[in-house]
Amino acid sequence: MSSSGSSPLWEVFVRARRGLAHTHVGSLHAPDAELALRNARDLYTRRQEGVSIWVVPAGAITASSPDEKDAFFDPAADKVYRHPTFYDVPDGVAHL
Amino acid sequence: MYGNDFAGEDAPGGLLGEVEAAEAELRTAAERDRGAPGPEEDLAAYFTAVVDADQKIEPRDWMPEAYRRTLIRQIAQHAHSEIIGMQPEGNWISRAPSLKRKAILLAKVQDEAGHGLYLYAAAETLGISRDELVELLLSGRQKYSSIFNYPTLTWADVGAIGWLVDGAAIVNQVPLCRCSYGPYARAMIRVCKEESFHQRQGYEILHTLAHGTSAQRAMAQDALDRWWYPSLAMFGPPDGDSTHSAQSMAWKIKRFSNDDLRQRFVDMCVGQAEVLGLTIPDPDLRWNEQRQAYDFTQPDYAELMRVISGDGPCNRERMAHRRRAHEAGAWVREAAAAYAAKQASKEKVPT
Repeated sequence: MSSSGSSPLWEVFVRARRGLAHTHVGSLHAPDAELALRNARDLYTRRQEGVSIWVVPAGAITASSPDEKDAFFDPAADKVYRHPTFYDVPDGVAHL
Repeated sequence: MYGNDFAGEDAPGGLLGEVEAAEAELRTAAERDRGAPGPEEDLAAYFTAVVDADQKIEPRDWMPEAYRRTLIRQIAQHAHSEIIGMQPEGNWISRAPSLKRKAILLAKVQDEAGHGLYLYAAAETLGISRDELVELLLSGRQKYSSIFNYPTLTWADVGAIGWLVDGAAIVNQVPLCRCSYGPYARAMIRVCKEESFHQRQGYEILHTLAHGTSAQRAMAQDALDRWWYPSLAMFGPPDGDSTHSAQSMAWKIKRFSNDDLRQRFVDMCVGQAEVLGLTIPDPDLRWNEQRQAYDFTQPDYAELMRVISGDGPCNRERMAHRRRAHEAGAWVREAAAAYAAKQASKEKVPT
């Protein structure tokens, strides 16, 4: 976070409509959560982009590192049996 | 994130269509993601491969130091321009000729503030804080667009800014929607969509004036006369004198040269001016059958250099205003921080 007298950084997530997930739309500076929410309303939903906003202090987010991407995400690739397409279905079986 | 309501209104063609295409490209590029560099892979080679494949560089990826510096400079100056750019138009908010025009102008200036914030946020992903960037602007070590150092003398200037200045900005920014740096490309997509509203509202102001009384018509023509060349100068020095161009093109930060974009802008404006019934103040402007483009008189680049170096009509006024707002607002920022600290300490005490 930045130097003295300045406000912390917040990450903003907006849900466009009911049924959709919140999507990260950007970030902004604000002294507290209340103002972050109001600023996010003005900044990211001026044109009916959303119906729900989450603001999270950027410092509260822990991100995976691109360097460890392969090692970190590998299990999905070597456990093919996790995918339904791994299994053979005999001919003529319906609704499976 | 944009409501379908807007895109659907009239099928996007032209510049807006290009923005949509850039957005679609962003998604395709993401699907082609080749994953992280292997343990043996050279980081610089990986960076080049990603850029060459039209994929996006993201904040935590390795990047050449000069790429990072160039982007910080470009994005920050872009952000500063949005912030300083609120002044020439803000000058007319209290004097807008009708409530409708006033409401539109307010919405537009609010957008500019938003664009500034999107861009500062994009710059911050490169490891510099917004406070540092603001400090660089206030101390004069970073610049903003030359165009905002020109005064808004009449209401028609608000129209000319929308049509020409925002128009030039869009021509410049649409290719940036394809920039190799992901956060910048995404910010530009968002900005361009909103900028398009600005350009159209400006055009409508001029169109109304140009078809009004003879005094209104004269005011519109006068605004075009004064803003035409400064708008052409917005594209920067001619290709031969542009210092950052070659490297920026290789890194796919820039996609077209200054002169290419300027030409594109002129070609667009000629037809639009005809519909307005106004005359572009260039006696040598004419269609060149061979080039399939308009020949035109170049802006005064010596003037551009003077304005960039701080000696334009309004440079001092713009900076003084910005500094005053920053200094006079210090106690408000301190109060907000103190209040936030107090609220946070209250929450920690169990009740």
